[in-house]
Amino acid sequence: MDMSQYLEIFIDESKEHLQHMNTILLDLENNTEDLNLLNEIFRIAHTIKGMAGTMGFTQVANVTHEMENVLHKVRNGEIPVTTVIVDVLFECFDMLEDHITSLESTGQESSTDASELVVKLQTILVNKGYLTPVDGTTETKAPVEEAETKIVVSQAVSSSEFNLDISDIGDVLKQAIDQALHPLKIRVTLDENCMLKAARSFIVFNTLEQFGEIVKSYPSAEDIEDEKFEEGFEILFITNMDAEATKLEILNISEIGDVIVSEIESSELVLSEVTEVEDVEEVEDVEEVEVEEIEEDAVAVPTTKKTSAKKAAKASDEKKQMKEKAKTSKTVRVDIDRLDNLMNLVSELIIIKTRLEVAEEIGDSSNMDDAVEYLERITTSLHDAVMKVRMVPVERTFNRFPRMVRDLSKDLGKNIQLVMSGEETEVDRTVIDEIGDPLIHLIRNSIDHGIESPEDRMAVGKSENGTVALRAYPDGNTVVIEVEDDGGGIDPDKILEIAREKDVVTDREVEMMTPHDIINLLFRPGFSTAEKITDLSGRGVGLDVVKNKIESLNGTVEVDSELEKGSKFTIRLPLTLAIIQALMVNLADEKYALPLNNIKEITTIERSSISMVQNQEVVLYRNKTLPIIRLSEVLEVPYKEELAEKKEMIVVIVRKGELEAGLVVDSLIGQQEIVIKSLGRYLTGAKTIAGATILGNGSVALIVDPNQLL
Amino acid sequence: MSNIQEYVVFKVNEESYGIDIKYVENIEKMLPITRVPYADNYVEGVVNLRGNVIPVIDLRKRFSIPREDFTDESRIIIVNYKEYTVGMIADSSSEVFQIDRESVDPAPSIKAGSDDFVREIGKHEGRIVMLIDLKKVLGIESIEAE
Repeated sequence: MDMSQYLEIFIDESKEHLQHMNTILLDLENNTEDLNLLNEIFRIAHTIKGMAGTMGFTQVANVTHEMENVLHKVRNGEIPVTTVIVDVLFECFDMLEDHITSLESTGQESSTDASELVVKLQTILVNKGYLTPVDGTTETKAPVEEAETKIVVSQAVSSSEFNLDISDIGDVLKQAIDQALHPLKIRVTLDENCMLKAARSFIVFNTLEQFGEIVKSYPSAEDIEDEKFEEGFEILFITNMDAEATKLEILNISEIGDVIVSEIESSELVLSEVTEVEDVEEVEDVEEVEVEEIEEDAVAVPTTKKTSAKKAAKASDEKKQMKEKAKTSKTVRVDIDRLDNLMNLVSELIIIKTRLEVAEEIGDSSNMDDAVEYLERITTSLHDAVMKVRMVPVERTFNRFPRMVRDLSKDLGKNIQLVMSGEETEVDRTVIDEIGDPLIHLIRNSIDHGIESPEDRMAVGKSENGTVALRAYPDGNTVVIEVEDDGGGIDPDKILEIAREKDVVTDREVEMMTPHDIINLLFRPGFSTAEKITDLSGRGVGLDVVKNKIESLNGTVEVDSELEKGSKFTIRLPLTLAIIQALMVNLADEKYALPLNNIKEITTIERSSISMVQNQEVVLYRNKTLPIIRLSEVLEVPYKEELAEKKEMIVVIVRKGELEAGLVVDSLIGQQEIVIKSLGRYLTGAKTIAGATILGNGSVALIVDPNQLL
Repeated sequence: MSNIQEYVVFKVNEESYGIDIKYVENIEKMLPITRVPYADNYVEGVVNLRGNVIPVIDLRKRFSIPREDFTDESRIIIVNYKEYTVGMIADSSSEVFQIDRESVDPAPSIKAGSDDFVREIGKHEGRIVMLIDLKKVLGIESIEAE
């Protein structure tokens, strides 16, 4: 049965459940007696187990199954909620997240093996909440059971008259069964009149290899070639054919006396697997059986090595194939009301269309004017409505922070509280994806550098617990996100010292800077104040990357601080990303759009007033040197003779932070609201082009990114 | 047991080329093309395809064949490869051929300039159809390497 159509639903629902689990685990840590929380987690594990089982995702199913077992005993009161349990449950959560993420991108569970975790959970069950036994008695009990089961397998094997030992290839066999293949034990007895036994055996091997894989043989392949066997030999064969069909195939070969085929059931394997995983205290009997088998094994290794290498190659090919399959598309949950609104607006649009058609036919121009006006209003409302549909509450990004802060504070030995507010504030869904990393960085920063150790805090009369506040709120046409800590604050003098050291700022610049400006030097590339490089921050790669990311979303970021009191990082993001005001210009025969945001002024200059300073064309404008950039040259626009030697040149002055430049264009068209369309991933070369827009006449105009030119 | 695969066949410089139909989204008549700077030389630019901005490459340039003006017969074949949607300009486009995989041979590397792009040669009703390797033609590897 093809489950792939359900994959998207499975991933969506699992992600939701996991989010929920995350929140509950954090609550549970502080309220270990709360029965409701325990029941909730049990329910979640149970649901995920059911879904994973149906989809055939064994790793996820195994982990959640063991979680269920532990949680069941816990909610019954048989086992207390120990910190060990909570930590292991967090590990389970991480493992499940890992698999779900892998499923999302490749359609397969990740290669991280969950069996260690499964064992931990089982151990917790046995030791009633701890990883090591609380009393000495439980320990000796377990290994004896293991040893017994191992013996049981060998006995079963020998009692069915097969000499093949399958105990060391349990994994391979289990994989085969999982892939719906048949592992078969085959004993072939050659006809007693058979002359060339080696040749006949070779034919058997050859025939079988056409529709399966021979994993092991008894005696070894070499011994069979040397005819070192009595009347027959045994093979472990994995195939998609069933036992009967395989038997018939072999019987077809001449000079074959008798064939016994027996399929290996998965029940046989479970026992032998468990024995491999546990650390077994060897018992005498087990050792004896093993010694015999070891000799066989040593010889049989060459064959298994070859086939397992082949298997590994096949598995990685399959993985590659899965990766190339289309990635599951992302989804967004939308309020029904917003969709209804959208529907209404679209119907209005259709009505307007009819009005215009009728008006045009009759030649009624005043009616047409009205209709066009109405059309303008409808399209604006429609745009707003669609933007709303794309909006997602920031909660989606915020919800992983509590866990991160918890782990970090534990690691650093600081007591930190994360206070979040405004999670319901909505931002465009493209922003949600991109804003996560910068926020993680800022929060880590506050925890690592901002908040002092408990001792330092108490020394200056602060509370032992540091607080990091994460706030989001709408402000006019923007969304504001703040990360504020009550730590030691940022020292402008210290910043200045390091900035000078690292040549991040010139003395002249410093003269004109306020303390606020100085602190914001933190965002310049190459800056880092940490004396020692911790794992998280302080590599000098930090805040400028954050700034770049936020600016790529057309936003801004700033920092404010007061010594001893704390620091606050403020991020501002525009609400609408896809529509901007632009200045349309002509470069020879081509049209280009310049975002109005970056434009400071438009002016004309005399060609003669351009001079060269250090290989850069400049002009003296309002008593400052303004670098001149010939946009036609930068964009490789085909040369047009007539425009070459005009005396007066139109210059658009653009600004990025402190930098300014004048862009030479051939003529201006006018100001226009444009919709930004991405150029896609195929065109990678054009860094100066931010995107494209479709003009009223249907043609495409490219949008220039002035930031790239400065 | 024959293995029939369908190919969209088009002509460049009087020679027939085929592309597996599973990659082809659409075939359009010529559209106005906007030049994009700093693109590879065979990238003509972008077009407006019903509200979407799609990059377009010129197969003549790609196959190193001397350029000729576009005619009324010229077509843009819109293809999808993984997440990339690209248009390819051909001199003309014919029908969809059903080619038996058994009559397909690997391409001998005689023709300089286009041999990388043609992986196999198929035969259909006495005509030779060069089956192109879309990934190579689009230059996906060099894009993903960036």
